[in-house]
Amino acid sequence: MSVSAGRWFALAVLAVCAPAHADWQMNLSPGATAMTRQVWDLHTAMLVICALTAGGVVAVMAWSIVRHRKSRGARPADFHESIGIEIAWTVLPFLVLAAIAIPAASTLVTLYDTDNADVTIQVTGHQWLWEYRYPEAGVHFYSRLADSSRAAELGIDGAAPDQLAHYLRDVDKPLVVPVHAKIKLEITSADVIHSWWVPALGGKKDAIPGRVNKKWFRADTVGTYRGQCAELCGRGHAFMPIVVKVVSKADYLAWLQQQGGQGPAAADLPDAPADFDALARRDTLNREQAMTLGKHVYKTLCAACHQRDGAGLDAAGYPALTGSDVATGPIAEHIRQVIYGKNAMPAFGGQLSNAEIAAVVTYERNALGNSVGDQATTADVEGQR
Amino acid sequence: MSARNRLSRWLWLANHKDAGAAYLVLAAAMFLVGSSLSLVIRSELFAPGIQVVDPAVYNQLVTLHGLIMIFGGIMAAFVGFANMMLPAMLGAPGLWAKRASGPVFWMLPVAFALLLVTPFIGGAPQTGWTMYPPLIMQTGPALPVFIGAVCLTTVSGFASSANILATIVRCRAPGMAMLRMPLFAWTWVVTAFLIMAVMPVLAGTMLMLGADRFLGTGFFGGPDGSALLYQHLFWTFGHPEVYIMVLPAFGLVSTIIPSFARKRLFGYSSMVYATLSIGLLSFIVWSHHMFTTGQPLAAELFFMFSTMIISVPTGVKVFNWVATMWRGAMTFEAPMLFATAFVVMFMIGGFSGLMSSLAPVDFQYHDTYFVVAHFHYVLVPGSIFSMVAALYYWMPKWTGVMYSEALARIHFWWSMVTINLLFFPMHFLGLAGMPRRIADYTTQFTDFNQVISIAAGAFFAGQLIFVFNMARSLARRGPAAPARPWEGARGLEWTLASPWPRETFATPPRIAPEELAKPD
Ligand code: HEM
Ligand SMILES: [Cu+2]
Ligand SMILES: [Cu+2]
Repeated sequence: MSVSAGRWFALAVLAVCAPAHADWQMNLSPGATAMTRQVWDLHTAMLVICALTAGGVVAVMAWSIVRHRKSRGARPADFHESIGIEIAWTVLPFLVLAAIAIPAASTLVTLYDTDNADVTIQVTGHQWLWEYRYPEAGVHFYSRLADSSRAAELGIDGAAPDQLAHYLRDVDKPLVVPVHAKIKLEITSADVIHSWWVPALGGKKDAIPGRVNKKWFRADTVGTYRGQCAELCGRGHAFMPIVVKVVSKADYLAWLQQQGGQGPAAADLPDAPADFDALARRDTLNREQAMTLGKHVYKTLCAACHQRDGAGLDAAGYPALTGSDVATGPIAEHIRQVIYGKNAMPAFGGQLSNAEIAAVVTYERNALGNSVGDQATTADVEGQR
Repeated sequence: MSARNRLSRWLWLANHKDAGAAYLVLAAAMFLVGSSLSLVIRSELFAPGIQVVDPAVYNQLVTLHGLIMIFGGIMAAFVGFANMMLPAMLGAPGLWAKRASGPVFWMLPVAFALLLVTPFIGGAPQTGWTMYPPLIMQTGPALPVFIGAVCLTTVSGFASSANILATIVRCRAPGMAMLRMPLFAWTWVVTAFLIMAVMPVLAGTMLMLGADRFLGTGFFGGPDGSALLYQHLFWTFGHPEVYIMVLPAFGLVSTIIPSFARKRLFGYSSMVYATLSIGLLSFIVWSHHMFTTGQPLAAELFFMFSTMIISVPTGVKVFNWVATMWRGAMTFEAPMLFATAFVVMFMIGGFSGLMSSLAPVDFQYHDTYFVVAHFHYVLVPGSIFSMVAALYYWMPKWTGVMYSEALARIHFWWSMVTINLLFFPMHFLGLAGMPRRIADYTTQFTDFNQVISIAAGAFFAGQLIFVFNMARSLARRGPAAPARPWEGARGLEWTLASPWPRETFATPPRIAPEELAKPD
């Protein structure tokens, strides 16, 4: 069933079903990380492929059911084989599947790359609660189902699930992590198998006694994300939720301190990645924006010849930019050369926006060992076009 | 017949029709028990909060529902159809080892009785039908009884399959070449092979669990063992098992659709090859049930690709059925209605399986209601609908009377509506993040769960129409059935009178070419 048909179905169902709960959801959510969005894209692509194929098969079948009926005077045909068709419908699905297997494999490879994490947290499943340890910061605590949920489950003092905003999805002490940082979880169990799962932060990973499974995520929005144990672990399986609070770098460091842990230096935690496309479209750039965007442009285009550190490659005839005449000389000449190129250097005027050219020029004059101090503006660039 | 003769008739089940009937009655009883358990599950899940059963009991219900439905319902029913129909379809007087049927059959009621007493002797395992350690080690005194029961079913399954395979290979009437026989026989060749390959694995794994418990070995825990080893062993059995539960259904549907399209099965040979390749491939995909266990990247990729590949021959089968219908002259009596529904709804289950084959996406789907929806689509409107179709198809042959077509139509449409209301919303719940095997859930999931629970009751109630219709036939009420009640039906069974005599094909029949599934 296609997504929209599914939605109509659900609406019809919900129409007869009271009281409807406001926050119901019927599809995978794209989540709060770049990886969950990639997974969502795969899910959607496969769903569409399946829906189209199913639609095609059902359409042919429906046509046949309507037209090829004995009651309409149909006489049975005699064919019962066709090598061509049979090869086609074996090979075609194979090709379609190969086409989706490739991006799926590459997503999987990325998900398996737990190197270079900013924060490592050890997660241990217990019957029936989660234990978290931040080995670098020296913070350690247990996270249990909130008392309010327990009371509602048992109906103590008239408490009921509907009165709670997060029945069975609330804990006494949530896991706290900084936004934008790569968080690595080292997951294991103290007793039976559990599985750590917060859908908005990525898929589940089993907590298996005697084994440490690794998983990572990098949340790009501050917020509270909820999930629960996903592997049957006995009587309390439905009652070991997971709550993750994604907070700003400053809040995270404050929280660590409050927990009696030592935080990393603030500089060791990454900042929000810049939105380079938005910067490239701007009419004006402040110094910081120019340097951020300039570094990005330099790394993607210029560093191939002039090298990452600006040292150039003499043997190949690529001049150094560190201390070079152009990069420390008159700024107009510098801009001109980026727009129009010179000898072996290509012209970048066509592929870069004014902001990008201004930014990369500013960057080259104030980084890579240079410190001229001036800054190119988008107007300077426009003036030379 | 004297009491003594009657006793030995039902003890040995030497007549293949008696044996078939015994299996089918057992399966019907187990379907009733298993669905009653699921109705308790569904009433607990009607609303958030714990109302009906303690979570510890809930978990036991999940375990027993799964095992009873799989071993007692689906597998027993398919063995029943094989006993009942294969000798008649192949022109044999009975099974290869006639008197083996009885002892092999009677192990099953014993096994299921043992399974069903476990809740009363300290509690059944709270693990679900997958029985994972270390959790299963927390089961009380019932554990050895439980292990014994599972082992008994494996022994019975192995022996009955050996007998069926031998019958197909050795007992066919002259002229019934392997590549001419009905597809139901072919699918049983592969099924029997799968059963004989994996039942010993399951039995061995269960015995290792027992050894860990009683002999202090540490296969699945402790310094030398690993909980993951169990999962690998279990799914080495478990994945072929899912094809064991569906290949015979392919056979039934491939027999029924041509009958009502009045046209031969499209691509008979490719159907046979697809069945064989599914059988072989089913041994190299097991770890797609373990994508989230943290196995190495290379293994993850291998099992993702192999799983995607197995969907190709499965797709070929669906295309072949549609091509069989194409330009036929179709009528839609009850067997055809259910066979057609099978094709569409099995396909839905197949597609959700294909979606789950993408490992990085399965990290989201795994162990949620999305998977519960997946396997229920392939098993209930899949396997079970094929059996319902087959019962409508052959009941006139067995009883000599026609069932009520009007009631059958009501049964069909009622089932179609309620079963989709029952299982389709499970996809939504799973995608929204509801894990499976939970006794209680957060309020966000309430609406769909209520729809599902009501639909479950309605679907169950609708099956009473079917039970009544079949009971009516068994009581010989209804218009007399001709020898060949379906105009387009081919096959040796239709050359017999209705009701068929107790002994058939004592001497091999002469086979007219038009009765063969593939004449040239
Ligand atoms: C009236 C029809 C049925 C209903 C309402 C129903 C409902 C359910 C429910 C609620 C669960 C538990 C889900 C969970 O929390 O994991 C379940 C599990 C299961 N069902 Fe059914 N079911 C039905 C028929 C069947 C049939 C015919 C089969 C045939 C094989 C079957 C096989 C299973 C299996 C294998 C499981 C998994 C058990 C486990 O997790 O160990 N069900 N079913
Ligand atoms: Cu759990
Ligand atoms: Cu599988």
